[in-house]
Amino acid sequence: MYRYDETDRELLRQRTEQFRDQTRRYLAGELPEDDFRQLRLRNGLYQQRHAPMLRISVPYGLLESAQLRRMARIVRTYDRGYGHFTTRQNIQLNWPQLERVPDLLAELAEVQLHSIQACGNATRNITSDYLAGVAVDEIVDPRPYCELLRQFVALHPEFYWLPRKFKFGFTGATVDRAATRTNDAAVHVLRRDGAVGYRFFVGGGLGRLPLLGQEMNAFVPEADLLLYACAILRTFNRFGRRDNIHKARIKIVLREWGIERFRAALEEEYAKIRSSAEGERLRLLPEDIERMRGHFSAPPYRPSSEVAAQVTAQADRDPRFAAWLKRNVRPHRMPGYRVVFVSLKAPQRAPGDCTAAQFEALAEVCDAYSFGELRSTYDQNLVLADVAERDLYALWGRLDAAQLATPNIGLTTDMTACPGLDFCGLANAGTLGVTHDIYRRFDSLDAQYEIGPIRITLSGCMNGCGHHSVGHIGILGVDKHGEEWYQVTLGGSPGNDAAIGERVGRALARNEIADGVERLIHAYLRLRSDDDETFIECYRRVGIAPFKVALYGSESDSEAAAA
Amino acid sequence: MSRVIRARAIVEDDWTLAVEGLPYGAAAGKLIVPLARWRAERAALLSSAAAVGVLLPNTEDVESVYPLLADRPLIALQFPTFADGRALTQAVLLRIRLGYTGELRALGDVVRDLAFWLARCGFDTVVPRPDQDLQACRQALDEILVAYQPAADAHAPVWVRRRARAAG
Repeated sequence: MYRYDETDRELLRQRTEQFRDQTRRYLAGELPEDDFRQLRLRNGLYQQRHAPMLRISVPYGLLESAQLRRMARIVRTYDRGYGHFTTRQNIQLNWPQLERVPDLLAELAEVQLHSIQACGNATRNITSDYLAGVAVDEIVDPRPYCELLRQFVALHPEFYWLPRKFKFGFTGATVDRAATRTNDAAVHVLRRDGAVGYRFFVGGGLGRLPLLGQEMNAFVPEADLLLYACAILRTFNRFGRRDNIHKARIKIVLREWGIERFRAALEEEYAKIRSSAEGERLRLLPEDIERMRGHFSAPPYRPSSEVAAQVTAQADRDPRFAAWLKRNVRPHRMPGYRVVFVSLKAPQRAPGDCTAAQFEALAEVCDAYSFGELRSTYDQNLVLADVAERDLYALWGRLDAAQLATPNIGLTTDMTACPGLDFCGLANAGTLGVTHDIYRRFDSLDAQYEIGPIRITLSGCMNGCGHHSVGHIGILGVDKHGEEWYQVTLGGSPGNDAAIGERVGRALARNEIADGVERLIHAYLRLRSDDDETFIECYRRVGIAPFKVALYGSESDSEAAAA
Repeated sequence: MSRVIRARAIVEDDWTLAVEGLPYGAAAGKLIVPLARWRAERAALLSSAAAVGVLLPNTEDVESVYPLLADRPLIALQFPTFADGRALTQAVLLRIRLGYTGELRALGDVVRDLAFWLARCGFDTVVPRPDQDLQACRQALDEILVAYQPAADAHAPVWVRRRARAAG
């Protein structure tokens, strides 16, 4: 865990006071609404349907118990007793009062949390592999590089007023668990001939025009992280469009220019930085990286290989524990340890929601069983990364009591969804009611286990916060003459096999959509070659046609509707 | 004559923005002219005005036009809205890549809450929007005294300061 020093604390303190003064001036009528809007967005505040929404950055998804306890207090004091984990590993509060937000931010600052650049046209929270530091397939732990870049972009004066938002996503493993190529810039930390470096992709993004990032540089040397990031942001700041908000992301520059022209401009800027005094100042020394790595050293593991039999016996006695062990627990690189997923997808709950009592329960279990730390994932669950096998049964009992042990990780009811029309001022349609309807149809764990791994993702509008474009089954809410309708895409994926889903056909009405999803899943069960072929594998083998028939009843129906 | 913030002080401005048509002659004083006018009327301007500064559109590539600007005592950059940060990159490049040491002036939708960012990017003169309080704008230049990253001001990067601290 990165520990703030005096510089970090002082910067955050002054930033909090800056916003306190801006809010005071706005409320006193000294700051026009339009001016304040730009300032509050860069402090995490959206104007939402019912109240402002405050987004709290969780840098690369890493939280510690003191922060979780503070979150419990904050959601009780300033909100309605719960927070919401997002697809950028952040936490959102739906009901804060603007007058109290400065105090709220001051309380967050005391535990190293903030909302700097959580919204607005600036560099957003950096996301990362939620298994960083423990993944079996990891090449390099990305977290030290995430933090070095976080500090570089935080309040960067040249890049504080960009054409549009800009997102970085990191991985240092062979399996992409951070949907990296859906970011404006993806950074893959890797080794070549023993030397650490970065493979950079640029131009990804979801929303209105979902695109995957394209490789710009296969190997930027380790010391040049900030130089290359500076070159990307400068190129974007200069050439990103500012005439149309829907065409302002860096992906549009890439699309309008073509990859080769964009790469040439980027590499030219990088070369200029590299050969100048600016490059000298931005270049990291081995000691800088070493110092940062020290913040993320492995916890004091007590390796053991003797408890496996005990866990098996516990699982034999308790089938609910056995189901959780099978679905929510993954291997760890250290013998005697496991990675535990905490499901935020319990029945009757909005995906990603976490109550004050759950924040507290999480603080307790991560102190007791996972060296005081917790990670958030881009699919709105949580991870206890360092759990000793001997503690699994006790941990499960405590998570279960807090309704955090639903054994559904990666399955049908593990849906990803934005808050939708119930909360969001941008949304065209609700998402939470639809997730609820789908959940009810597949509530039986046996049915979910039969179906196997599948990603169902829902967004309430084109902005795509619910990652519908990269869902195996993606659902996009649209507004048709004041009614909520839902478009279905199939075959999307956020990982190594990243793909943008294909739209099946006409939108379905609110009362048809859950039935439609059920028909798609039943079609998969009929079509799959054997029990081991997953939904996405089956879809890629058979193509969209049979699923189209399943969704619309018959082919002629969908053609008639499309005609 | 309007008042501006120059080198952290509120002063009477002795420059006149001459987009077009201002008379030449001894009375012209110190003029800021658009880049196009500077290209077209360079000799006439130099012989008649007390000093000539140049106003750049925020879409201009400062590196390619710099040969025309290097000896100018003032370059003015534009903010059509304060949230349009293109001139910040122009300023940083002028200061740190091209080594420009003359006056850099921010014009347009310049509000108090932009002042801090302008100062860090190397602007030394801020001409606030007419509704802005000058004293408040001046104070806002130093709104945040800590910085992580280098820009065009005196802040050393935080990683460099941490090296020094580690070395004791």
